[in-house]
Amino acid sequence: MVATSPPGVGLLKGLGVTIKHLFRAPSTQMYPKERPVLPPRTRGVIALMEENCTVCMLCARECPDWCIYIDSHKESVPPAKEGGRARTRNVLDRFAIDFALCMYCGICIEVCPFDALWWSPEFEYSDYTMSALLHEKDRLREWADTVPPPPPLDDGAVPPAEVVAAIEKANQERELEAAKQAQEAAQASAAASATTAPAAGRAAEPEIEVEAGQIDQETFDKLIAEGKSERIARSKAKAAWVKKEKARLKAEMAAAAPAGEAAAPPAGEAAAPAPKPAEIHVEAGQIDQETYDRLIAEGKTERMARAKAKAAYVKKEKARLVAERDAETAGASDAAGQAAVAPAPDAPARKLADVHVEGSGEIDQDVYDQLIAEGKSERIARSKAKAAWVKKRKQALLDEGGDA
Amino acid sequence: MIESFASQAPVFAAQATSVFDVGDGYLLPLVLKLVFVLALFFVVPLVGGYLEHKVMGRMQARRGPVEAGPFGTLQLVADGIKFVQKEDIIPRAADPWVFAMAPGVALVPGMLIFLVIPLGPGVFALDLELGVFYALAISSISTLGVLMGGWASANKFSLIGGLRAAGQLIAYELPLILAAVAVVVQAGTMSLVGIVEAQATFLVPGTEINLWYVFPQLLGFGIFFLAAMAELARPPFDMPIADSELVFGYMTEYTGIKFAMFLLTEYAGMIVMAGLITVLYLGGWQLLPGVPLPGCEGTGGLFECGVGGTLLGVGVSLAKIMLIVFVFVWARVAYPRLREDQLQRLAWLALVPLALLNLAVVTVAKVVF
Repeated sequence: MVATSPPGVGLLKGLGVTIKHLFRAPSTQMYPKERPVLPPRTRGVIALMEENCTVCMLCARECPDWCIYIDSHKESVPPAKEGGRARTRNVLDRFAIDFALCMYCGICIEVCPFDALWWSPEFEYSDYTMSALLHEKDRLREWADTVPPPPPLDDGAVPPAEVVAAIEKANQERELEAAKQAQEAAQASAAASATTAPAAGRAAEPEIEVEAGQIDQETFDKLIAEGKSERIARSKAKAAWVKKEKARLKAEMAAAAPAGEAAAPPAGEAAAPAPKPAEIHVEAGQIDQETYDRLIAEGKTERMARAKAKAAYVKKEKARLVAERDAETAGASDAAGQAAVAPAPDAPARKLADVHVEGSGEIDQDVYDQLIAEGKSERIARSKAKAAWVKKRKQALLDEGGDA
Repeated sequence: MIESFASQAPVFAAQATSVFDVGDGYLLPLVLKLVFVLALFFVVPLVGGYLEHKVMGRMQARRGPVEAGPFGTLQLVADGIKFVQKEDIIPRAADPWVFAMAPGVALVPGMLIFLVIPLGPGVFALDLELGVFYALAISSISTLGVLMGGWASANKFSLIGGLRAAGQLIAYELPLILAAVAVVVQAGTMSLVGIVEAQATFLVPGTEINLWYVFPQLLGFGIFFLAAMAELARPPFDMPIADSELVFGYMTEYTGIKFAMFLLTEYAGMIVMAGLITVLYLGGWQLLPGVPLPGCEGTGGLFECGVGGTLLGVGVSLAKIMLIVFVFVWARVAYPRLREDQLQRLAWLALVPLALLNLAVVTVAKVVF
């Protein structure tokens, strides 16, 4: 070869290229054994966020393969306001994509104005029958759990408006949460001393600070916005807070009514004679901040102020409990007040579908193990366990939301 | 040379003693030799095939076989099992007898050549005085099997493939034989064992430097190498098969075990040609030119070895064979297929004249020195 072929450098170059590749790592992906490395926006399967769909039919009409099937019916929605007009609304009955026909062009996803259709990178849904490739909306909804989060923004990009709003809201909620925790801690010690303190009243505590000296933020903000001085706004807000606190205590008394019934001795009636203030024992665990502040301002010693403030607290608490006892007799007449404080048990339950959960491949190990034990394939077990995880997570979020 | 040739009658007489010639009996050495040849025939081509799969895969950024056996080593065994299970189809219009015999006619010569290829000191079945002649003559019979298969298939692709194969094998047989003749002239013997010995004792005239024949006969080596590749009908010389135009040439109608026999013929042919190149040009089982194997005391440090030296010699031979197979595969991956006219032009207008020139130069040199 070397001697007889025309002096071809190209021939040697060819040998050089091949020998170079001999020592390079092969580009093979060991797919069934190792998951392939897919780009994040891989066009694996089309997912449906059913709750976003308005049955506008754009996807079905744009589909070049006509592989999207949509059925719906109209429902009338009662008017939102008194005397308004009833509206009609499309309700999705069926949404199916035939992946035996689909050519993965993505036009339906591009055209969807409500972000109801998404690409998911999942691709292992081949089947032995063509008919099994027709994915109905339940299945398409399951794929939605596998849609990856959107790619991060470039450095220095302006954050989207909805993200800013969401962050603000989250911050507010976090503040409220912190405040609520502080309040609960205070309540816990108070309740430990007040043996007759109603459990229901504690559970139904509204989100207001109990520590004295706290200001009413809304009032404060409003006054500041109106151009009042910081000092005036603060004092007025303090007053507003006190007013609110009083309203809260009143409401608490109302709420205590049914709980008090339950806590009453077996033979006890709602109309049992109310105990006198002296008969109520209150553990002096806390001080009355207002009294304390006042005494300190008057130049009393710290020790004296504390003792007097403690006494004031006990007195106040006793008065409050007596008022509560009195309120018990009012009974069901205060139901409205109770509803205003405690979350109504029959409040419309939020649906699972209202909560969106972003999964990044977590699975529910119990479900997975069980399915594997039942002899299901690894793939099926994994996808079902994934779905189970999402469902659990949603339930957890929903429960949290119910408490807050 | 002719005188010495004439004086040595009968021609098919054993020269050196084989390690398999144990005892005085007739049966035991025969069985041992048969086992040796069959083991060579069925194992070494599989190793070569595995090497081809892996090297070709890596050169094409693939992994090659990975599933069958550790690192895919049993892939060809699995293929063989699969081929045995396949339905054996004989086309209705085919000539059934010729069709059925063709793979055998192609396969058996490949097995017979293993008889004379020496792998180590005494590790051969036969040392024929006419070794080179025998090997090249027997290998030509394979052509007949290919032609039979192409003709009997009653298929135009098979027929064209068979005729192309015949034309190609005849064209490249000539430079192959002429190059081998030059080696025989220089060595002064046709015995393959004798040629290895001659290489071990060949000194560059006027010096004490020992060289293998690949150096004085570099041209002949190149011719032999190219012609061997063409004889095997492997890419870039695979016009008879040419799957992009002839489906699979003369193998188009073959299925199952018969097809496997054709494939085995190809792999065995690779080993045979590599073995011949090793013996004719690369000093056989010599580790390095002028370096005797450890423990060997015979001529040129090649014979009368202990067990260690013998095994080392066999290892050296096999390593050289695999190296040449690697180069075959390398060329196969690197180059596209030649056109039929380019193929014939290369043989008749380049290789045959150069081989004649090579023979003339070697002959003159032999006489002068």
